Amino acid sequence: MGVLGQSIKRREDPRLITGEAKYIADIELPGMLHAAVLRSPFAHAKIKSVNVAQAKQAPGVVGVFTGADFAEIPALPCAWQAGGVKNNVNTPRILEIDEVHHTGAGVAVVVAHDRYAAEDALALIQVDYEPLPAVVDAEKATQPGAPQLHENAPNNIVFDWSCGDQAGTDQALQASEVVVKQRLINQRLIPTPMEARGAIGQYSAATDDYTLWLTSQAPHVHRLVMAAFVLGIPEHKIRCIAPQVGGGFGAKIFMYPEYPLVLVLAKRLGRPVKWIETRRENYVATTHGRDHITDIEVGATRDGVITAFKVHTFANLGGVLSTAALGIPTTLYGRLLSGPYKFPHIYCNVQGVYTNTAMVDAYRGAGRPEATYALERAIDLVARELDLDPAEVRRKNFIPPDAFPYAPADDLMAGLEYDSGNYALALDKALEMVNYKELRQEQAHARREGRYLGIGFSSYIEACGLAPSAWIGAQGWGAGLWESANVRMHLTGKVVVTTGSQSHGQGHETTLAQLVADELGIALDDVVVQHSDTQGAPFGYGTYGSRSTAVGAVAVHRSVQRIKEKAKRLAAHMLEANPEDLVYQDGKVFVRGVPAKTKTIQELAAAVALGYSLPEGMEPFFDETSYYDPPNNTYPFGTHICVVEVDAKTGQTKILRYVAIDDVGNVINPMIVDGQIHGGIAQGVSQALYEGAVYDDNGTLVSGSLMDYAVPTAAMLPSYETARTVTPSPVNPLGVKGVGETGTIASTPAVVNAVLDALKPFGVKNLDMPLTPEKVWRAMHANGGNGKEG
Amino acid sequence: MKVSMTVNGQALEADVEPRWLLVHVLRDQFGLTGTNIGCDTSQCGACTVLMNDRAVKACTVLAVQADGAEILTIEGLKQDGQYHPVQQAFWDEHGLQCGFCTPGMIMTAIDLIKHEAQPNYAAIRHGIEGNLCRCTGYENIVRAIRQAADKM
Repeated sequence: MGVLGQSIKRREDPRLITGEAKYIADIELPGMLHAAVLRSPFAHAKIKSVNVAQAKQAPGVVGVFTGADFAEIPALPCAWQAGGVKNNVNTPRILEIDEVHHTGAGVAVVVAHDRYAAEDALALIQVDYEPLPAVVDAEKATQPGAPQLHENAPNNIVFDWSCGDQAGTDQALQASEVVVKQRLINQRLIPTPMEARGAIGQYSAATDDYTLWLTSQAPHVHRLVMAAFVLGIPEHKIRCIAPQVGGGFGAKIFMYPEYPLVLVLAKRLGRPVKWIETRRENYVATTHGRDHITDIEVGATRDGVITAFKVHTFANLGGVLSTAALGIPTTLYGRLLSGPYKFPHIYCNVQGVYTNTAMVDAYRGAGRPEATYALERAIDLVARELDLDPAEVRRKNFIPPDAFPYAPADDLMAGLEYDSGNYALALDKALEMVNYKELRQEQAHARREGRYLGIGFSSYIEACGLAPSAWIGAQGWGAGLWESANVRMHLTGKVVVTTGSQSHGQGHETTLAQLVADELGIALDDVVVQHSDTQGAPFGYGTYGSRSTAVGAVAVHRSVQRIKEKAKRLAAHMLEANPEDLVYQDGKVFVRGVPAKTKTIQELAAAVALGYSLPEGMEPFFDETSYYDPPNNTYPFGTHICVVEVDAKTGQTKILRYVAIDDVGNVINPMIVDGQIHGGIAQGVSQALYEGAVYDDNGTLVSGSLMDYAVPTAAMLPSYETARTVTPSPVNPLGVKGVGETGTIASTPAVVNAVLDALKPFGVKNLDMPLTPEKVWRAMHANGGNGKEG
Repeated sequence: MKVSMTVNGQALEADVEPRWLLVHVLRDQFGLTGTNIGCDTSQCGACTVLMNDRAVKACTVLAVQADGAEILTIEGLKQDGQYHPVQQAFWDEHGLQCGFCTPGMIMTAIDLIKHEAQPNYAAIRHGIEGNLCRCTGYENIVRAIRQAADKM
């Protein structure tokens, strides 16, 4: 009917552009109290005592609690551990009792009539800490003599995990004509959704039921984890609701101490309890991302064919472990290290490490940006070493289009294969868009004038969906990762879709409605999409890993197909025809070749809802629930090209052009897809040029507020030129792949490679992010700044 | 102490502590929760409202400083069922994703266009530097403001 593939304006927006939407901070309940958490100023310390006597007397205070008050509640679970190896797990408690391992760890909570009173009382709590030595660098934390964080983790090692073939890779490296080695730092980032976290707990003594409103990307998973692993409450006695959620980027997937905390407080105090995270709290108490120290070795022939790729990474995981922390630098990183390339030998070894820093977990892209950064820097280093065109080195090593399905070497993907791709096509389109040949001439001309242009490439793949369940289960994830959908068509012909996905900006209420309206051949306005409340919705895993289209939309599609099949059987009964002779088209069911014998889907919906005359065995109502567990991930890909000019006087990088060619399979709403790509690119560009969480040696977060951490403004980012190639995925019937993270995955190395290309005349081969003007200027002037060819 | 102000055309009063911020009074006393709070250091601009026709971050204004002022918040923009041109442009151009920065961004854009009727793209980018968005990468916000400027 023409709504699939169209840039339909978002149905979410009217409530968002008028201020009507209710985020967690906007929710008021009768009798509600307000909580504030006292957080450790020390990165590593023993808690000797906590004195709350004075705070309890403060005006407006209803209760003050410490970790000892909740000693019976276990530490939070780590639900995704490194697969196939020993994991030395330590996780946060809802309030710490004996020891803190990072600044920002919660040690006490005040509940008061309003937040002002709660904050006032926090200042009256006296904590006697015994500070211990701290370590913040992952490599240093593994060395002899480093402060030890946890008894069960000697040398602060969480796990030692590998994938690929060590012996084969070493052998191939030895035999390679050229070997390039490089250390790469993928710095720590702070996700910074514009809405920080929050939770409201409510308890009904009459029914012994709990309700938790929370900033969640996965309310069903929060309920499951809360019930089964934290509070020991039966799962059906908790209802979790994610209201309007103001961005997540991964950080709102996880179980955090404050969520069970507000529930137990609500029960103890007999009143609803609300906790809203401040931005400063968000920076120390919510998860960070990335933070890898990586050494790469890449072997190649003299004409640029890669022969082996070897990677060692220290992954900094913070003082305690977050919910999915260990799956990110293992499965979602090491297994993606073949990227779009046909490398014959790959080996990756990762050591997860405790340090006295905030928890590290998934941040947009989650492992895949780190893998792509290592890969795309490796390709450029080889090109530089051999004086080859970086675009051609990429092309030379691409998996060819006829090689799909393609399994990366050494069983890197643990049994899975890339679904489909045409990597050279995307590269060619990008080269054409930037007018590559002339651009290189312009660069040469500019250099002669003392202006430094750089052209940077990034060719990437993503793995979307994080399923099949059996695969991700073998990778250490402690649950499944299918997705659910329920589609109901009511007597009046109106459709309610419930998805286990959770939209926090992605626009599911629009895209899923487009899909359903198109499939059923009904008006878009006749479909509503509901999500984010465990009551009345089938269990679902939520939104992350670019899975809402790749998995969630496919579940919706399945339910719609079942309704269409049922509609045909019902129409056959009503028209006295053979079901096999019936066709569903444009919202009508008719006998093939006899268009006069027709029932509209609305007529059928009314008939099936009334149930007066149904075929034998048919139940009333169109109501179909699907649980879709995909047979594979989907694998979007593309090439991004960034063109920069670096000012030799200031070291400032200016992005002149940013071209993104992405192939995300079939597209439901091009406007929304472009929006996802824009936002993703912005975050990746910002890692390259601006952002970085900085801890001092004592473990204090120096970049601990928005004054100090460089979330980019509009003036710091370029315009994006986006275009697509379309290679449908054979994994699902929609041919969709997913788009949430592609921009972030691709963009960071494109920018860094561009800056380093600009600095080629200065002999600079590598710089670590963020590429601040000072860092770039120093590199340009390190050898006297004479612009000599390196 | 008592403060009175005109909010979205309505005369309102509140009994406030001297330390209360305007944004808290708007949200907690007047129930205007469309104005969001995104930080605690006046960087993010999510709480931007118009005070006496100028954009202010309502987290940097004490409620007592707004005594006697005219305040316009996101809730006051839609008139007679018609969206303000900036609201409409944000919807048309997909200038929002999670929507949390949107009310503040829209109020800043209104102030920007008021003071520079036809801003170019660079002027728009500079003009909204006090408002952070983490979702859109700003591209569609800039386009939306440009489109709105044509219609105002």
